[in-house]
Amino acid sequence: MTPDLKPQAQPEAHITVRDLTMAYGDFVIQHDLNFMVRRGDIFIIMGGSGCGKSTLLRHLIGLKPPAKGQVYFDDISFWEAEPEEQETIKRGFGMLFQSGALWSSLTLAENVALPLGEYTGLSPAEIGEIVSLKLALVGLAGFEEFYPAEISGGMQKRAGLARAMALDPDILFFDEPSAGLDPISSRRLDDLILELRESLGATIVVVTHELASIFTIGNNSVFLDPESRTMIAGGDPKILRTESADPKVRSFLNRGEP
Amino acid sequence: MTNPADTPIRQASVGYTQPEADCLLVRLAGSWTLKEGIPSIDEFSRRITGKTPIRQIRFDGRDITRWDTSLLAFLTRLMGQARQQGMTPDLDGLPEGVRRLLDLAAAVPPKQNTGRGDTQTGMIAQIGAITLEYLRGAPEMVRFLGEVTLSFGRLLRGKAQFRRTDLLLIIQDVGPQALPIVSLISFLVGLIVAYMGAVQLAQFGAQIYIANLVGIGMVREMGALMTGIIMAGRTGASFAAQLGTMQVNEEIDAFRTLGISPMDFLVMPRMLALIFVMPLLTLYSDLVGMLAGLLVAKTTFDIGTFEYYHQTVHALDLTQFAVGISKGTTYGILIAIAGCLRGMQCGRSAQAVGEATTSAVVTSILFIVVAASVLTIIYQQLGI
Repeated sequence: MTPDLKPQAQPEAHITVRDLTMAYGDFVIQHDLNFMVRRGDIFIIMGGSGCGKSTLLRHLIGLKPPAKGQVYFDDISFWEAEPEEQETIKRGFGMLFQSGALWSSLTLAENVALPLGEYTGLSPAEIGEIVSLKLALVGLAGFEEFYPAEISGGMQKRAGLARAMALDPDILFFDEPSAGLDPISSRRLDDLILELRESLGATIVVVTHELASIFTIGNNSVFLDPESRTMIAGGDPKILRTESADPKVRSFLNRGEP
Repeated sequence: MTNPADTPIRQASVGYTQPEADCLLVRLAGSWTLKEGIPSIDEFSRRITGKTPIRQIRFDGRDITRWDTSLLAFLTRLMGQARQQGMTPDLDGLPEGVRRLLDLAAAVPPKQNTGRGDTQTGMIAQIGAITLEYLRGAPEMVRFLGEVTLSFGRLLRGKAQFRRTDLLLIIQDVGPQALPIVSLISFLVGLIVAYMGAVQLAQFGAQIYIANLVGIGMVREMGALMTGIIMAGRTGASFAAQLGTMQVNEEIDAFRTLGISPMDFLVMPRMLALIFVMPLLTLYSDLVGMLAGLLVAKTTFDIGTFEYYHQTVHALDLTQFAVGISKGTTYGILIAIAGCLRGMQCGRSAQAVGEATTSAVVTSILFIVVAASVLTIIYQQLGI
């Protein structure tokens, strides 16, 4: 008999990754990943360039099926679920892409309004109010009628966040949120992420290698190693910095100092 | 007083001496810059592989006036040669900066097994690889067609999600905005058909049959074909570029993560727009072509307007129009499929968008030509 691999009912487990192997064709990027994200965590996926951080994120948000292994949301295995159930799970996600990924043919207001229009029964007037509110939360009040090409990269990223928050998601995913931002904007984004966790109670998963962000916001993490192609550490990055058994992890978290 | 800038800069030079029988001293002097090129190491190779065995290689770089990467390239080449002979040159005589840069370049060994490199494959293997590449494309196309069909099913059940305004904007873009180019090409094609036919028909005194030739030619074949080719270049390319850029910007991923099907939201409105617009454009093209025929008949062969009109009406019936319009609509569907398929398959770079656009036009035209032949044969067999 095959052992029951389903995780035990742990009330706080929100996302559980079991024996996940990621590959492009025959080329294995990471193998045997096992970690758990608790409800309300700000979970950091970190590691050197090219180790597969963004690819792991694509597996978590349902864009790329794993070569092997499972991703559980609560206790539902995403990649074994029926398409309808997958859609329901995905509806609880908000995702901020590296470039913002705003739909370029729509205004900022239309970008934020689109998911609301698709998945809620709100009237256009109510949607308009919510859109203004979400844009105001990211400091973009008054930019409703602008097209993505008309605003700066940092503003696009914030607008992308407003869209990701449109449906008050359970889980927010961020792909390199501070890439391309100046230190002050990047700090403001960190504050915003902390604020969102406090106010919405959302679970937050962040791909980043920005040390300042990792220590400011992260309370749990996984460290992917490009050489051995698997995870070599996990847990609170502030503790890993001094107490990790692996010198690679300590060196990474101390900017190359041993 | 001498300013360094005033002293004549000597060109890079290499001299070889053998202070001891088994020791080669390489003297480097002058100005080593990329502008002047990199000196050859032939003399060096000759010396270390010569009759007298060399055990030691040393450098004297005291007379180097200035240097850049050209010196490093020369030394790397030279040291590679020396290592092949099992010797490690002694770098002490070189300027400090040069030594540091050489150490830095050697610090990280070249990555092995990157899957790239000078693996030479024979022609047959290459043909095989290209064929396999094409074969891999086939299931992707079938999957895309399947997804389009499913999406169409959702549309018929009223479950497909897309914005009506998007559909109208696309219709505006592919229809009315294409009228000038469709007018021009159809007019010229009508003109050409009329002239070519008229010259032959005049030999039999049958100029009036220009009307039949142009009418049937435009309505059954040329109107649809010309519109199809224009739309392949204009609209197929634009679809592929739009969707390809959205792929690059992760906009399509953004739809997927929200659980909105890009098929429903992006591909369906484009497909519907072409299905709606192509019959109208084909009909328009037919009329413009016949108008050009009338112009030729009137000005060159003195055929009256009414006479021409009467002859055209006599030659055509609704079946001919149905044949032409059904072809035009088919081409429209094929263009939408080719354009959207290539756009959705696009990779994540600017280069890939260009390739997707080119490939969309080529695929559309290929589809159109194949469909034109197949439909013509089918209609012929059915006797329509």
